[in-house]
Amino acid sequence: MLFQDVVFWLLTVMAVGGALGVVLVPDLFRAALLLIVVFMAVAGFFILLSAEFLAVVQVLIYVGAIAILIIFAVMLTRDVQRGNLPNRLQIPAAVFAALLLAALVTVAVDTKWDFLPADQQARAELVQTSAVTTLTAEELTEAGVTSPEEQAEVRESGLADLLISDYVLPFEAVSVLLLAALIGALVLVRPDPGTRRG
Amino acid sequence: MSFEAFLIVSAVLFCIGLYGSLARRNVLAVLMSIELMFNAVNVTLVAMAKYLAPAALQDDISSVLTGQVFAIFIITVAAAEIALGLGIVFAMYRTSGSVDLTEATQMRH
Repeated sequence: MLFQDVVFWLLTVMAVGGALGVVLVPDLFRAALLLIVVFMAVAGFFILLSAEFLAVVQVLIYVGAIAILIIFAVMLTRDVQRGNLPNRLQIPAAVFAALLLAALVTVAVDTKWDFLPADQQARAELVQTSAVTTLTAEELTEAGVTSPEEQAEVRESGLADLLISDYVLPFEAVSVLLLAALIGALVLVRPDPGTRRG
Repeated sequence: MSFEAFLIVSAVLFCIGLYGSLARRNVLAVLMSIELMFNAVNVTLVAMAKYLAPAALQDDISSVLTGQVFAIFIITVAAAEIALGLGIVFAMYRTSGSVDLTEATQMRH
């Protein structure tokens, strides 16, 4: 448990420090690089929360695609020299963000959360692990899942099954959204129709 | 490392992103701040999926993965958002030669 605590605080320092850098560093290119630090720290949080698949997706999509796209955009637009200037809303924005932070922290600490019972916690973690790996019968028995029906239930539950059973409609909607976003982005960056050649 | 610690860290990340998206003039800085907010929400969802007991857990053990499914949808929507957002940034840069939000006043009147 101690090791996890140390990792958690290291990741917290990385995430919060990087995030502060993203919004405060005057050099936009450095801000984009610090954004990658935040993304990696969040991937670390996902591993701590036994969501290994999401951690991999986070690195692939955020670090591999989104951060690279942003760096690309920073280098293509020549406003980099002017830096990351604040606008006139700086003080109201800081006050608003601080008030929201106070409200969120109060809610997080004061709410009586309905935690998983301790006996179910181990099984829930098994389900989350089985989303990325295959569990043997011995591992399941060790975690207190003894009957064959329960073992089958834990083994068969996975992210992919949820995505194409309970959440198939949102899944298809997101596919259509991605297609629409792709076509929209192409239309937006296309040269004007008048200048197009034959 | 408790559940509340995760919630507080993600609240801090979200508020930093909120401040950045409200107070910066460069549209790319605003997009980066919005990505920070997306990440903060994802951490909250995954933490809740790990620690909290949904009512559906009694019938179906796989519902502990619901929070991760939501996080996957958010990541997808964030990818769509950044593709469109950068498209708009390039269109804006081509028409006005600037990515400064305080100068983006062509649509006024």
